[in-house]
Amino acid sequence: MDAVTVTDLVVHRGARQVLHEVGCSVPSGQVTGLLGPSGSGKSTLLRAVVGAQQVRSGTVTVLGRPAGSAALRSRVGYVTQAPSVYADLTVRENARHFAALYGRGAAAADAAIADVGLADAAGQLVGDLSGGQRGRASLACALVGEPELLVLDEPTVGLDPVLRVELWSRFHALAAAGTTLIVSSHVMDEAGRCDRLLLLRDGRLLSDSTPAELRARTGTDDLEQAFLSLVQEVAA
Amino acid sequence: MTTALSPRLTSATAGRVLRQLRHDHRTVAMLLVLPSALLGLLYLLWADVPTPPGQPDTFDRVGLTMLGVFPFVVMFLVTSIAMLRERTSGTLERLLTTPLSRLDLLLGYGLAFGLAAAAQAVVTVAIATTVYDLDVTGSLSLVVLIAVVDAALGVALGLLASAFARSEFQAVQLMPVVVLPQFFLCGLLVPRDQLAGWLQAVSDVLPLSYAVAALQEVGASAEATGTMWVDVGVVAGATLLALGLAAATLRRRTS
Repeated sequence: MDAVTVTDLVVHRGARQVLHEVGCSVPSGQVTGLLGPSGSGKSTLLRAVVGAQQVRSGTVTVLGRPAGSAALRSRVGYVTQAPSVYADLTVRENARHFAALYGRGAAAADAAIADVGLADAAGQLVGDLSGGQRGRASLACALVGEPELLVLDEPTVGLDPVLRVELWSRFHALAAAGTTLIVSSHVMDEAGRCDRLLLLRDGRLLSDSTPAELRARTGTDDLEQAFLSLVQEVAA
Repeated sequence: MTTALSPRLTSATAGRVLRQLRHDHRTVAMLLVLPSALLGLLYLLWADVPTPPGQPDTFDRVGLTMLGVFPFVVMFLVTSIAMLRERTSGTLERLLTTPLSRLDLLLGYGLAFGLAAAAQAVVTVAIATTVYDLDVTGSLSLVVLIAVVDAALGVALGLLASAFARSEFQAVQLMPVVVLPQFFLCGLLVPRDQLAGWLQAVSDVLPLSYAVAALQEVGASAEATGTMWVDVGVVAGATLLALGLAAATLRRRTS
């Protein structure tokens, strides 16, 4: 059962074509990594999944409905690349606000804050936090709605290695509990942590496979090398 | 389903905006004190100028009008900047992926800044009538009511104007564009019936003209007049129209 199905997706931004007939599917209850260099179209694809992106052609189906449908708004959580939380509110006030929008209470907000390891900073203004903490505050505001699909745009940028490992284990715990996650990253060493990998380059999908399949296909254990040989394969 | 209004989500938004305001002590202080201080300056301006016999006191006329102009200008500015911040910080894009409807968001802003405007109006009216001896024939609660409706108009136009600004620099400059022509033509500088015909026609379609006319009615009559209620209704109608247009500028899908 696929949570997200993308078919022949074409997106233009201004005069530039950002996505070229992208097609892929995201299985339920797994962590799917969307990897590719900066500017490859990752954020655009994620925006199309949450229904924030104008598309030229193609379809995006999310949890059985067209992406962006009103009925999906309480079932899909989205964390943008730049932390989109209110800098002039505390972490707790931010989480409670988004909790209210999803029809949840203060307890859910406190639980989400604890989940991202910000319980000690709950009373601090987001504007006074470090970049990594802001990102986690932003994540808490999506977790608070307990969405069936969680779309995370580069959630681990700027985090120290210990926190990164913690967050990835949190992602897998969520997946084990049935949540579908799409996590974008431009760091290939995070690819190995995903159940499934989508590799994007210059708006084209290079690969849609498991890390093991990718290693087998390219004959290398190093996913960075695997990505490079895929690029050469396409160029040839 | 999410085009429908939800009182719960509207009040959640209003609460959030007020909480943001509460963290900003200086803004709260300026909101409450600044109009009174500026009104004091106007009071001193005419304090020693004799009033010609048979004419109404100049400060009574100008001061009363300004009680409607201040909340309009201040709320226009505050709202257009606040909404621009929502757009540029990514929070707007995020909010629009949640069950919050666009009208919930806009009305939430209107409610929050309307409450702030009510507090501002109570302080300003209290100081104007006690410290500066501003003479109002009608009820002071009607003055506060009109000030709040003017503030709501400022909020609605600010929300709309923010759609046409890409930066804070642009947003701030929209203030004179939207506010000054309305102020020039509202009847304070030159009575509206003495304006050239075409200027009068322009004045007739500008909502601030009706806000000022409503205040002048309160200034002249002890009882609320039908004309005043019509004027207040026109301002409220213009507010709803601007909110509707602002909702149309909020796109869930952007390029």
